[in-house]
Amino acid sequence: MNTIWALAGIVIKELYRRKDFYVLFVLTALITIVAGMVNFFNDPKIVRYVKDICMLLIWISALLIAIVTTARQIPAERESRTIFPLLAKPVTRGQFILGKFFGCWLATGIALLVFYVFFAIITGSREQYWPWLTYLQAIWLQWAMLAVVVALSLLASIITAAPSSTTTICFIAVAGILLVGGHLNTVALHQPQPLQTIFYTIYFLIPHLEWFDIRDRVVYDWGLVGWLDCVLATLYAAAFSGLFLLLTWLGFRRKSLNT
Amino acid sequence: MKASPYLVLALALTACFTLATGIEPRAHGGTWSNRVKSDNVFSLLFGDGRRLFANQFFTMADVYFHSGYYPSIFDLRDEGTKAIVTATQGQAENEEEERKADFLGKPTDWVDRFGRNFRITEHTHLEHTQEREILPWLRLAADMDPQKIETYTVGSFFLRTHLNRPREAEAFLREGLRNNPNSYEILFELGRLYDENDHDTDRARNVWELALYKWAKDPEAVKDNKRAFGGITDHLAQLEREAGNWQQAIKWFQAAQKVSPDPNALQQRINEIKKKMAAQPSPANDQPP
Repeated sequence: MNTIWALAGIVIKELYRRKDFYVLFVLTALITIVAGMVNFFNDPKIVRYVKDICMLLIWISALLIAIVTTARQIPAERESRTIFPLLAKPVTRGQFILGKFFGCWLATGIALLVFYVFFAIITGSREQYWPWLTYLQAIWLQWAMLAVVVALSLLASIITAAPSSTTTICFIAVAGILLVGGHLNTVALHQPQPLQTIFYTIYFLIPHLEWFDIRDRVVYDWGLVGWLDCVLATLYAAAFSGLFLLLTWLGFRRKSLNT
Repeated sequence: MKASPYLVLALALTACFTLATGIEPRAHGGTWSNRVKSDNVFSLLFGDGRRLFANQFFTMADVYFHSGYYPSIFDLRDEGTKAIVTATQGQAENEEEERKADFLGKPTDWVDRFGRNFRITEHTHLEHTQEREILPWLRLAADMDPQKIETYTVGSFFLRTHLNRPREAEAFLREGLRNNPNSYEILFELGRLYDENDHDTDRARNVWELALYKWAKDPEAVKDNKRAFGGITDHLAQLEREAGNWQQAIKWFQAAQKVSPDPNALQQRINEIKKKMAAQPSPANDQPP
């Protein structure tokens, strides 16, 4: 277990040494603050559009950090050949995969926490209202969703040739699931066979990441999701993350490490 | 001979400056594009393409009005009149019907059923001054497409009736009128503001009569938008009735009857006025009592 945490620690250090997070955070903060300063009909109490914009930026930034950070982990180790001394430590390939996964996931979680603190300060200062439990659920569910995204990116990174292609593929897949995934059943109903069956199969096979998106509940002050539903969603995310990690390990343990 | 790079750079800068002095007056003279003359940042950035976004922003106002409970493009529902528009027209029945409408239907499978625990699944409308949250989207829609008249009428309605900000509503309508000088819809809404908020009968009457004039000048409106004519004449009739100008009130009610879906109700009002006129001893029935 210590090996896994040691590997994870390196990834977390990498996050704060690189500029990705800082650039995304400054961009998010700048856009949100500028949006919040706009005067609409001399009404300073208008706040939901600021929350909406900020949450959208947080989601985009978190996905970028998760996918980009994860996509370059294994290719970078192979390219710099640091993977050879690392695996000779001895570190098993399974531990290597788990270390990278937990490192990326925790790093994303830290970034997410900073983003949400900023969000709470900005919106709270404007509407004098801090629904901490709703924020806690939002951050937890988003982080659980990012576990699936990180595991998926790790799997893609051992299949594709370069981090850029991994990033592109993962972004398309995740954005596709978030935007269309939950509606595939509706679309399937209006399709002829065999398209209907194909759509339904995809619908049941994909991880439904859109469940974890409770931005609307935060923006429109709709209150909490049931705690049991949160637990079930977390187990669902854990199951998919586990599946992707298993596939990554199966692929990686037979993979030649020479570039 | 080898030229110094500094000299080449100086020559290029001089050429750029000279060209700019020649081109700039043409660009701003209106021979190139209207975009450079615009004082609107969206117009400057997107040109006429910004109108594409206006509808989306107007829809966003409706999404906010429903607190996020809104059909997506995948729900394949016929797009009816938006709730923010029906609210301005005082169609309470439609609003009630809309509240009952459930575009989600029953869950089709366990994924759908479980997923609904995380979504907004209740049809509500903003109330208790929370309606202010739709205003940024209406402001953006107006900036994106200044010719979209609904934006001004809807924005003004919520500003004056729900948020008690008649001056902001008037300013928004005036802006709409500057961009659409022939809009009878904006004039009608402006008249409502003068009548219902300012209780300024004379200004309301003048504005509604102008609205009627503009409506009559618009062949498309005369053909397709008889409802607007009914609305203006009905409001004029009520205004004259309240002012005690009964002959005028009867005239406007009779005009409204021609396009009303319920002419009998208007006839009843005419009869009531006639009764009052008959009960008056003065021969000048047209004057206020």
